Amino acid sequence: MLTIKDLAVKFPSRFGDFTAIEDVDMEIKPGEIHGLVGESGAGKSTVGAAVIGLLQSPGYVAKGSLRLGETDLRTLTPEQAHKVRGDRISMIFQDPQTSLNPLMTIEDQLIETIQAHSDVTEAAARQRAVDLLEEIGIKDAATRIKAYPHQFSGGMRQRVVIALAISTDPELIIADEPTTALDVAVQSQVLSLIQRLAKERQISFMLITHDIGVIAQVADRVTVMRKGRVMETGDTAQVLGAPEHPYTQALMDAVPPLDRKLERFRVPEANDASSSLGELAENWLLEGQQQAPTGLSLRNLSVQFSGPRTSLFRKPAPYVALDDVTLDIKPGSIMGLVGESGSGKSTLAKAITGLVTPSSGTMMLGDTALPFGKSRSRLHPSRQLVQMVFQDPYSSLNSRHRIGDILAEPLWFYGFVKDADEREKLAASMLSLVGMQPDAITKYPHQFSGGQRQRIAVARALLARPRFLICDEPTSALDVSIQAEILNLLKDLQNKFGLTILFISHNLAVVRQMADDTAVLRNGKIEEVGETHSVYTAPQAAYTKSLLSLTPVMPTSWAVET
Amino acid sequence: MIALLKKYEGLWLFVHSPAAIVAAMVAVLIFLGAVFAPWVALVNPYDLSSFSLFDGLLPPAWQDGSNPKYLLGTDDQGRDMISSILYGARLSLVIGLSALTIAAILGVGLGLAAGYYGGRFDAVVMRIADVQLALPAILTALLIDGIARGILPAAIQQDLRVAVLTLAIALSLWVNFARTARASTFVQMNKEYVQAAIMMGQRPTRVMFVHILPNILGPLLVILTVDLASAILLEATLSFLGIGLPADSPSLGTLIRIGMQFLLSGEWWILWIPTLFLVALVVSINILGDFLRDIFNPRLR
Repeated sequence: MLTIKDLAVKFPSRFGDFTAIEDVDMEIKPGEIHGLVGESGAGKSTVGAAVIGLLQSPGYVAKGSLRLGETDLRTLTPEQAHKVRGDRISMIFQDPQTSLNPLMTIEDQLIETIQAHSDVTEAAARQRAVDLLEEIGIKDAATRIKAYPHQFSGGMRQRVVIALAISTDPELIIADEPTTALDVAVQSQVLSLIQRLAKERQISFMLITHDIGVIAQVADRVTVMRKGRVMETGDTAQVLGAPEHPYTQALMDAVPPLDRKLERFRVPEANDASSSLGELAENWLLEGQQQAPTGLSLRNLSVQFSGPRTSLFRKPAPYVALDDVTLDIKPGSIMGLVGESGSGKSTLAKAITGLVTPSSGTMMLGDTALPFGKSRSRLHPSRQLVQMVFQDPYSSLNSRHRIGDILAEPLWFYGFVKDADEREKLAASMLSLVGMQPDAITKYPHQFSGGQRQRIAVARALLARPRFLICDEPTSALDVSIQAEILNLLKDLQNKFGLTILFISHNLAVVRQMADDTAVLRNGKIEEVGETHSVYTAPQAAYTKSLLSLTPVMPTSWAVET
Repeated sequence: MIALLKKYEGLWLFVHSPAAIVAAMVAVLIFLGAVFAPWVALVNPYDLSSFSLFDGLLPPAWQDGSNPKYLLGTDDQGRDMISSILYGARLSLVIGLSALTIAAILGVGLGLAAGYYGGRFDAVVMRIADVQLALPAILTALLIDGIARGILPAAIQQDLRVAVLTLAIALSLWVNFARTARASTFVQMNKEYVQAAIMMGQRPTRVMFVHILPNILGPLLVILTVDLASAILLEATLSFLGIGLPADSPSLGTLIRIGMQFLLSGEWWILWIPTLFLVALVVSINILGDFLRDIFNPRLR
């Protein structure tokens, strides 16, 4: 069906051509879901773009062959290529927010697409549009089709995008991260829709994703890419169950399992040459440990935001972000907090750190009450004891400041070290404690990768000598192998320094690896709290059960499947 | 060299943009000429003893009846055009740059604070900015001029003309800085590094000037160059209309106003040469501003 042979794509730059992908071979049969997996920068999306002929300018196919059935995709004229796009190949993008035109009704967009590709009357096209929507599982399609994209939820919108993609009866659909922006419940619906379409309509899918769980769940065959080259390709069960290539093995080792807890991830050990330099920072942290581990307890905490104003004279109805949350985090333990987007996880972190003002309840850090929001003075001790590691390592470090200055700031601000040279020395030592080269202090954040930046962010948090650390999705912006390293680092630091950690994540498998206790949050309410093992093996709340069952899992034994 | 160009993307783009190079050359030449006017100019137009009425109304060197000493001719008073223009540009640039400095400090300070605190403070500052935008610069200048005439003793009024003009221009330009700074600050406020600094309990002034300001410098620099051109033009307009500087201390605008009287009497150069000079200065500054914007906004490339 689709045959890719020896494909290479290059991007000319002013310093010579940059080879994005090279030696890529791939074959997709009719009705097959072919997973294309790899970390960021692996060139997965470039393969998809090359097939559909939408390479970002000035990229070009340097060599190799691309054949769809009998058609050679490389020799097509622009008009022919335009015809093939849509008629025979369709595409589904990551973000359903932006791939639909917000000013056109769903009906108009579907009819426009259908009429562009086949010569039918508007009435016939409309009938077909309604049928399509019904087929992909939108109830009451005849009336809902009049709606605008913003009136649909994220999952519904992605279904409409899929309906658009199949409206022309294509042979191949390229799905580029189709579920990455969606919550697990919606993700599983979209994935089963893709599976159904592959089976019933014999449409081939090229499923591009970084999420190995998704591949394990739906893909028939899988190709693993790294740095523009194919590492391994074959049946999903064989590639993921018994990987042959060392890279695939390392990748599989780094995937957090949902059904059991690993003590540590197996990652290639970094060179330990610099670890002795970390002693200074380690001793300094231990010296600041006179205080016993500090727990946190929240009692009936509620946070309300003012909702959208509907009338000039009436006060807008409040939007409840956190509703009567009671949570005890034991001293020296890790509390995992899971929930879908919008469940209030980050609001909870912001309430603890004083960025958001709760409307009622109490917060106790150890024995001291935490004042709310703006009423917390700038010099309140909690500002030092509670530190945070943020989600996005690209925005959590000031890009205009030197790493040394970023790290020395807490030492200076909290008055730990008076001498500037001493601060610099301690900062360098802390960098080696988190597994970085100490000479990084003279560089700027943009010179580091996401994983390295996250290590720097952890170092900054530690340099405040915290007793309580909030990690808000610390790994969700990172590749899975980097995620494994950061999770290992956090575990080690927690063991060494007796930190209490609130670990926030939407990823159930990650929380399982990290947390002693787990709390499940939904719409601002705690659904369930308990010891992690029992929450995962014997969930009480119905919501927890459904979350667990919808999360894509790696089968423990692949042999059973094949 | 290649390594240097690789490191500084902006430099690479500059070397490959003829328009930017020419504009930079013109601007630098004018700046240098203005700064060193007392040394390079033939006569001092402020010093009555350095020129003579007998040399009045001489055409440029390439026309009949010219004196090769005066390359671009002389005006009715016998002042060398080149010297007048250099001294005029000097005054225009001094007024433009000082007005710009005042506007930038005022605007960036208020904009940062408005973006940082938000809420009522933001609303008040932005409404004041809106009112300022509704007043034409000339009206602002007239207002300040009127107030200055009313409250200052007549003896020092003449000396303070430059200060009054500067203040008037500064007041009509600060809004651009304030709006840009406020909008960029809003974006930065959602960044996690700012939240981290606030969480630590750092002083608002430190968060604003140490953390946020370096990150919003890009758009502000663009405003700075574009507004330098507006400031010079504004000064020329005000002087042309007679609100600005008197004829005995001519800026570019004043020179053009004087030249107007000779437009129809054959002495074209007295009007056209300062005008072309002003156009060249403003256009080259604007091209540089556009170029800077391209560097700081990669999406426009």
